[in-house]
Amino acid sequence: MKVSNSYVGRPMERVEDLRMVRGRGTYVADVNRPDQLYAVILRSSVAHGTIRSIDFTRALELPGVRHVLTAGGLGDFVPRIPVRLQSLPELEPFHQPVLADRKVRYVGEPVAVVIADTAAIAEDALEHIVLDIETLPAVAGREQAETEPSLLFEGHGSNTAITWRACLGDADAAFKSADYVRRERFKVQRHTAMFMEPRGFVAEWNAVAGEMTVWGTAKTAFYNRRVLAAALGLDEHAVKLVEVDVGGGFGSRGEFYPEDYLIPAAAMIARRPVKWTEDRREHMMSANHSRDIECDVEIAVSRDGRFLGLRGQIWADIGAYLRTNGSVGPRNVAQCMSGPYCFESVDLRSSMLVTNKTPTGSYRGPGRFEADFARERLIDIVARDLEMDRLELRRRNLVADSQMPYPLPTVTPFESTNELDSGDYHAVFDRCLAEFKWEDRSKLRGRLIDGYYHGLGIGSFIEGGAAGPKEDARLVLETDGSLSVYLGSSAIGQGLETIMSQIAADAMEVPFERITINHGSTDHVKDGYGSYHSRSTVMGGSSILLAAEKLKELIRETAAKRFNCSPADVSIDGEKVSHAGNHLTFSNLSDIPLEVEASFFNSKHTWAYGTQAAYVAVDPGTGHVKVIDYLSVEDVGRMINPLTLHGQAIGSIVQGLGGTFLEHLVYDSEGQLLTGSFADYLLPTASDFPNIRSITLELKRCPNNPLGAKGAGEGGIIPVAGVIGNAVADALFHLNVQPNELPLSPPRLWQLIEEARQ
Amino acid sequence: MQVAFELNGDPVNADVEPRTTLADCIRDRLGRTGTHVGCEHGVCGACTVLVNGEAVRSCLMLAVQAQDEKVVTIEGLSGDQLSPLQAAFRKHHALQCGFCTPGFITTAHALLTNEPDADQERIREVLSGNLCRCTGYIPIVEAILDARSHYARDGEK
Ligand code: FES
Ligand code: FES
Repeated sequence: MKVSNSYVGRPMERVEDLRMVRGRGTYVADVNRPDQLYAVILRSSVAHGTIRSIDFTRALELPGVRHVLTAGGLGDFVPRIPVRLQSLPELEPFHQPVLADRKVRYVGEPVAVVIADTAAIAEDALEHIVLDIETLPAVAGREQAETEPSLLFEGHGSNTAITWRACLGDADAAFKSADYVRRERFKVQRHTAMFMEPRGFVAEWNAVAGEMTVWGTAKTAFYNRRVLAAALGLDEHAVKLVEVDVGGGFGSRGEFYPEDYLIPAAAMIARRPVKWTEDRREHMMSANHSRDIECDVEIAVSRDGRFLGLRGQIWADIGAYLRTNGSVGPRNVAQCMSGPYCFESVDLRSSMLVTNKTPTGSYRGPGRFEADFARERLIDIVARDLEMDRLELRRRNLVADSQMPYPLPTVTPFESTNELDSGDYHAVFDRCLAEFKWEDRSKLRGRLIDGYYHGLGIGSFIEGGAAGPKEDARLVLETDGSLSVYLGSSAIGQGLETIMSQIAADAMEVPFERITINHGSTDHVKDGYGSYHSRSTVMGGSSILLAAEKLKELIRETAAKRFNCSPADVSIDGEKVSHAGNHLTFSNLSDIPLEVEASFFNSKHTWAYGTQAAYVAVDPGTGHVKVIDYLSVEDVGRMINPLTLHGQAIGSIVQGLGGTFLEHLVYDSEGQLLTGSFADYLLPTASDFPNIRSITLELKRCPNNPLGAKGAGEGGIIPVAGVIGNAVADALFHLNVQPNELPLSPPRLWQLIEEARQ
Repeated sequence: MQVAFELNGDPVNADVEPRTTLADCIRDRLGRTGTHVGCEHGVCGACTVLVNGEAVRSCLMLAVQAQDEKVVTIEGLSGDQLSPLQAAFRKHHALQCGFCTPGFITTAHALLTNEPDADQERIREVLSGNLCRCTGYIPIVEAILDARSHYARDGEK
């Protein structure tokens, strides 16, 4: 059968769904090992303090309690979790110990691990551990961090861990000569990924073979294996991390957390398999928080509306420690604040402040969601001041196709330069306006209809993807002619198996059903990087294309021996190889599997981009906002699967709306986390945002990878707060309400309206 | 203590503590892991099962309360072929990570069995007790609307 080479680009239904819709998925809580014990973690209930003593003798006396692990029991040196991205020696003091070491620095910090016959017994045992902590003043926010009545790390002498700087051109000169300057403060509240499946691990130590196996890895298995092996004093190859089905990631799951060490260490000590599953409250205080940024930025504009400069200061509250990817957001805010626009100059500083809160890390669109809120709001404020049309102001400054590739500001230290690769930003902007019927609807500005003020908002964004350095793929043509693909990319709910099957089926011209995808676990390929930074499709997919070329070569060589000819004279047609009228099929080509491995290297990011528009109605009596219509138009270069991509875009936008209106991890002034359940941390529900549309385009292929695809899936979320903020300001134009602080909860907005009326 | 009930059509019994939830009993004692636990507080709906045909949060119900009842989990709604609801979820891409999916399917099944002509608004209202972090709900609502005709026709799934 000749297979038409066209799976890529088709809305293929997912292979994953066949098990998931029938309850046959295997998530980590579904993994059980014979004879397993259960771990439960004692967490600090004090935000900041010195540990005087931990007495667990009574806990150990409970029947069924096997071991209690504390920092004191880990030997002279408590392992600290290294930083995966942008690691600098001067940031090492801020690395988190796997168990609180002499001090506790946030509510939820692991202090001890109880290992028992059942989880219930282990939980009971927590009550019998006596923890004596001398309380220190808590640093619960930016002001306290800066005034430093208390230091989290006395040796460092300051609560500012580092200040990044993003520069382009000469900002001081630009501001000196500018016709118009405007300065504003913006604030994005602490919120986070909050995926639905709690984290968990099952670890098994084989003392005889000296091998550690851990189920429950996600995202970055190979990096985590290196860290774990080093911390346990094992050879990397003695550690196997197994990825099972993963209930959502969004940047947070799969980073190396204290539990990534503690559960395997517990299994080693207990010499029996150990299982741990967090509950929701624990998740809220232990998994990475995100966002939590304030900024004071200034824009310089010429009389004719050209953006001359952007400068200012950003403060990122990173919580008590620097986590594996904790610098990504704070750096991105600075580097991406100029976004898809030409600013002649940029000078932004971003300071990371340590506070007595849960540490932060990446959440979908890290730093970009925050940056876009500030920038798009600022642009609308400028338009109002200068009495310019806000669309025209944007058109005048969007980077033009002819200017590509276009440089982004350079961030230092850990210098990173970056450039926008390709795109027709104006075309997408205009397409969004047309689809949204902007012109007709723009008459609605500030109109009071049935008690609601109506308004429109717009914003454009860029989405970086496909972080290097490389990804590996191993292709095996099995003796029955089926194709097994082994990948370093990992699945975090994004339909990886389906997408990679589409790419492999096209590359090898075999039917989709003949392909099996194996991913995520550390024994599939020699090395791998994983799924973050919208990279798995582009990087993993490109490595499949390279491996397919190699496999075809090997198939020709193998067939040539059978045909007694030169490999160049062998032709491959679907699953058939031929030479001079002789044929073999893939299933009778070889007695042994044919196997190749290839790596795709990439030093350049891909930049998807787009424009979003919102139509809202604001109830001035309550501050409630109805989202009447929301549209996203994005160019991703090339779509592998429109069905899954569309799904990610919609899901991403709704997460953005959650971050804009609802989600907030709230602390009191003592550093106590007040949001401990879904009753306090409000996620969007099915009745909140029914009207979301997304259009994906393939306008400009990415020049930097063989697929031509740009990383996608984060994009939707990036401009949402800016777009909604602008729509709300538009609805309340007559009152000059400027929503510059998130979340835009009804009480906050109501208060802004009341203040404006006075 | 012992509890005996009907699970997916079969009689089962399990030795549980009085505090064991139905969710833990089904998952840990009886090995049916399609029912998921996302919050243990009755808010996320991932643990939804059918008890005598009604959608119930199995994290809020004690195993002993299921004595003599008819309990159906996602496994009980699944066969070799996808059910119309499951096929519609797949067709509309109403799941990404799939963790919430068993809870949505059991909830939707109970709804459509009782109200086969539930409209979009009613569906959204009922679903608002289930959380999904991946999909934004739009494809889930579309899938359920699409599956309605099968319930209208033969009353059952
Ligand atoms: S686990 Fe039962 S409602 Fe969330
Ligand atoms: S599909 Fe992931 S939570 Fe619903």
